[in-house]
Parts: sequence; structure tokens; C-alpha cells
Amino acid sequence: MKLAIKLAFKNLIGAGLRTWLNVIVLSFSFVIIIAARGILVGWDRQAKNDMTDWEIGGGQYWNSNYDPFDAFTLTDAHAPVPAEFQSEINEGNMVPVLITQGTIFPEGRMQSILIKGIKTDQTILELPTSRLDTAVGAIPAIIGSNMARTNKLDIGDYVTIRWRDANGTFDATDIFITDIFTTNVPTVDVSQVWLPIDSLQSMMLMPGEATIMTFRDKDKPREGTANWKLMTHKDLVKDIENMIKAKSVGQSIFYLILLVLALLAIFDTQVLSIFRRQKEIGTYVALGYTRYEVVGLFTVEGAMHAIFAAVVGALYGIPLLAMLAKKGITLGVSSSDYGFAIADTMYPVYSAGLVIGTTLIVLTATAIVSYWPSRRIAKMNPTEALRGKLQ
Amino acid sequence: MMENNLIIRTNSLTKRFPMGKSEFTALKEVNLDLGTGEFAGLIGPSGSGKTTLLNIVGSLDTPTEGEVIVLGESIGKLTAKGAARLRKEKIGFIFQSYNLLAVHTVFENVEFPLLLLKIPASERRKMVMDALEWVGLLDKVKQKPPQLSGGECQRVAIARAMVKRPSLVVADEPTANLDAANSHNVLQTMVKLNEDLKTTFLFATHDEKVIGYLKRKIFLKDGKVDRDETL
Repeated sequence: MKLAIKLAFKNLIGAGLRTWLNVIVLSFSFVIIIAARGILVGWDRQAKNDMTDWEIGGGQYWNSNYDPFDAFTLTDAHAPVPAEFQSEINEGNMVPVLITQGTIFPEGRMQSILIKGIKTDQTILELPTSRLDTAVGAIPAIIGSNMARTNKLDIGDYVTIRWRDANGTFDATDIFITDIFTTNVPTVDVSQVWLPIDSLQSMMLMPGEATIMTFRDKDKPREGTANWKLMTHKDLVKDIENMIKAKSVGQSIFYLILLVLALLAIFDTQVLSIFRRQKEIGTYVALGYTRYEVVGLFTVEGAMHAIFAAVVGALYGIPLLAMLAKKGITLGVSSSDYGFAIADTMYPVYSAGLVIGTTLIVLTATAIVSYWPSRRIAKMNPTEALRGKLQ
Repeated sequence: MMENNLIIRTNSLTKRFPMGKSEFTALKEVNLDLGTGEFAGLIGPSGSGKTTLLNIVGSLDTPTEGEVIVLGESIGKLTAKGAARLRKEKIGFIFQSYNLLAVHTVFENVEFPLLLLKIPASERRKMVMDALEWVGLLDKVKQKPPQLSGGECQRVAIARAMVKRPSLVVADEPTANLDAANSHNVLQTMVKLNEDLKTTFLFATHDEKVIGYLKRKIFLKDGKVDRDETL
């Protein structure tokens, strides 16, 4: 094997430009696959982190009637906060949120929204709820930058809000925008207004009630309770995981095509080599190699393209990918366009597992496409190979 | 000829090749003995069977009928691995078109058979340098075949064949691509190695220059031994 590696190395270096063209094409596959997968890993991590920080904390309890994908359930999706959670709420390790439908009238237009009430002193989520603890002439409210942009609202603006209380009676008042926060999580921003929970409870005539309760510690063992369904952190990030998986499949097809193109070049080189180097093959046999050992030599030679490609790819790929990981990739898309957490700038994450895994995949694939045409050598007649006769 | 000095023995060797629906008989009932230290040649026109016989003796091919014993091994009964081992350990090859490995230096080309034999590096180096000294190419150690003349390439091929001190060297038209001066030079080198190392040489040739150096001339005609002359 050592001799085969030594010979293969010499032969590849000796082949000059042909080798380097193959190596460069294959190295592109390496770098692009690692870069693309790194973006997905980074996206996955960033999306989960942002969701955890801004929306789901360590997990949530949902009122049993609550369905985030059906706004009509909100009418019945509320209940008094169970006494068993009160101590956690008092310690700041759980925050109740009351959710209802409503309408705002910015500049005379009408916009359906979700009104969310939250404790102003909570520290579980990154929402700037302390800005709700402000004495103004109207109910203080915070909104996300997306909501502010689409409704042309700014800090200091008053806007009329309308809702239906527990009895089904419409009521309206003015709210005062005390802060606008910027987040990558559209589900806390788009078409949403955050008010102090006490204000919303009294507006809705639902004192002490909530729709969901977000807790801090995701590792603490918990169980569901009457009227409250436990949604673990894992349950809540499942959608984003599925989304990334779906993206990953689509992307896999793209880099499979890329890899196949690079491997075709290797395959082509191997086929040509076997025809062009018949005398050399015959010579190896005459000098004492078995035909299967020559098959091994040619397979090692082909597979070595992948090793060279890994080295060449590392030369330009490491600085390039390190720069991408540091500076990120600006996507120029709004998170609201996607409906899930996506940052303006994505920071790819490259793990050792990703690099080693990709290297092994490319190496194995290259070894297979190198072996495939090389099997032909085993059927060659060495005496005809020595004369360079096409077989 | 003493039995224990026998290098090659063929008994009723017949070789047939498929040719379309029929067969072509390249060798017919060839009986031949070759002893240690012989400098012999298979002489005949194209198609007389000399290269076929050389290939079988070199364990690159097998007989269709009959028996071929080379260095105590029955060629027809050898496995592919066994034949490869015989070539690796005991037989040297010299080809008409040199068949050097173009991307390797002269040193590496000559070293190759020793690498297959897993000879330690220090011993290998000495053996390669000795072989290159025999053929007068010590000054070309670092050059590659494309930088050498035809005569020099063939001398590298001789060094490669001789470096492992084989018992038998088979040479197929070794001077066919060389001019007269280089042919004589190469042949004189081989004669000297034959005399100094007692290596058996078996040529396949129809080149008069080679024939002039042979100590034993085996004339083949239509796949049969026509004449066998020893000087």
C-alpha cells in the first residue's frame, strides 16, 4: 500500500496540468459543500437561539384551546394561571402571556393584529418589556421594527386599538408606542402589539388569566397540567428543524450535481489513463505486480485526487470560510418574508464533524469512481498491454 | 546439461490463440532446455512465435498444452499471484520500447523492482548504484526518461532488469529502436553482465546485430524450433 501511495503520488504529480485541473474542480466541490452546509448549520443555530431568546425561552405551557395557527381559537384560549405556577412566576422563572385578536387604526387605516400582554418585569425573553413600565397618558405599547415599518409607526406615536372583551363587547382606546425593538423572530414582531399584561387583563375582563406561559429552564423536568399543555423546547423548535431539513435536502441535490460533475472529470481521467497507459500497466505486471495490485494502484491514484483537492481546497477554503464565519453573509431578505427566524446576516458554523464528514464523503465517492474504470485492468491481457494494444 | 543447472524446460509446448471462430497456433510442440548462464536468442521472422514463447517463459502468459518449467516452477500451474512472485523475484524484463516509467527518475526506475521486493533503503541504494555503474549511467541518476537518448533508456531498462540479480532476463527485440552504435553498446553491456553475473539471457530477435552476439541461436519457424545452434 505504501508503495502504491508513493507511486500514485509520483504519477499524479507527473501528470501535471491534467491532475491540477481535476483537483481544482474537486476542491470547488469541497469548499462549496462545506460552505453551504455551514450556512445551514449556522442558520439552524441562529434561528433556534433567536427563537429561544425572543419567543419560547426554555419551553411553554399552552392553554389547551390555543392553536398558534388558528386565530379563532384565541377567543377560548385563556384560563387563570394555575396556583402551582405562581411561585415560579414570582421568582421570575416563568412569564404568563395573554393573547387576543384586535385591530389598530394607524393613520386611518385598519390593521388586524394580535395583542399580547406580558409582565413588564420579565427577564426570560429579550423583549424590552421594561419600556412598558412607563407612565403615559395612554396604555404603553412596544412593537417590532417590522410592525413599525409596515404601519408607519414610530416611538411616541399614539394609535387607536380595538378589541373584544370576555363578554364579546367591542371596546377601543389609544396606545402609546414607548419602544420599537429589532428582532429576527417574526412571530413576536409581525402584526403584533405588546402591552403590560395587567392592562390587557383588565381590557379583556380576564383578571389573572393567560394564554401561554413561558418558562426559563428547559432542563427542569415538567409535566402538563389541567387545561395547560406542556410544549418543550424541543417541540417548539421542531418546525424550524423540519424547515432546515427540507432546505438541506434541496441543497444536497445541488451539491450532489456539483460533486457528480467533479467526479465525472475523475472518471474520465481514469478511463483515459487506462487506455493511454496500457504499456505502463503491462510493465507493472512484468515487474511483479498482479493485475489486482495494478487495479489498486490506479484506484489509489484516482482517490488521491480527493486528497490533493482537500489540501488545495484548504489553502483557499480555510481563509475564505473563516472570513465568511467572521463577517457573515448578508442575505438581504426580511425575516417576515419567510415567516420564521432568519437573520439579515447569516453566520455560517463549520464544525470538525462537518469538514471530516464532507472529506470522507468526497474521498469515498472519488475512490469508487476511480475503482470503477480501473476494474478493467483486471481483465487486461498483460502481453497485449505491454504492446499498448487497445483492449 | 546438468538437471540442476536448468533454467527453462519446455515439453511439447503448444500455444493457441482464439481468432474469430477458429484458432491460431502460435507455438507447436516446442521442446527446449536452457541452462544457467546461457546467452541465447529466439530467432525468426514476425509471426514465428518468438515473442509468444518469451511471454510464456516470462510467466506473462500460459501454455495451452504441454509443460513449461521456469526456475523450478510450472508456468501452467502457477496462480496469478505465484506468477507475479516469480517475475518479481527471479525474472528481469527488457522491452523493445524500454517501458520506463516516464515520471520517475533513472534512479527510481531502477529502484522499482527492489521496492516490490521490500529491500531496505540503504541496501536498495547500493544495489541501484551498482546496477547503474554496470550500464555506465551513474551521471544520469536524477534525470527522467524523456531527457535521455534511446540508448541510455535501454541501458536504464537493463539496469532495472539486472538490479535484483535475477536468474533469468528475457529481452524482446531490445535493439529494435536503437541505432547501430547504441545497439552494440547495449549488447556489450548485456554480454558483460552475462559473463560477470552468470545471468541467463533469452532474447527474441531478428536483428542481425543481436544475432552476432548470441552464444546460442534457436531458430523458430511457424511456431516450431527449426534449428538450435550453440557456438
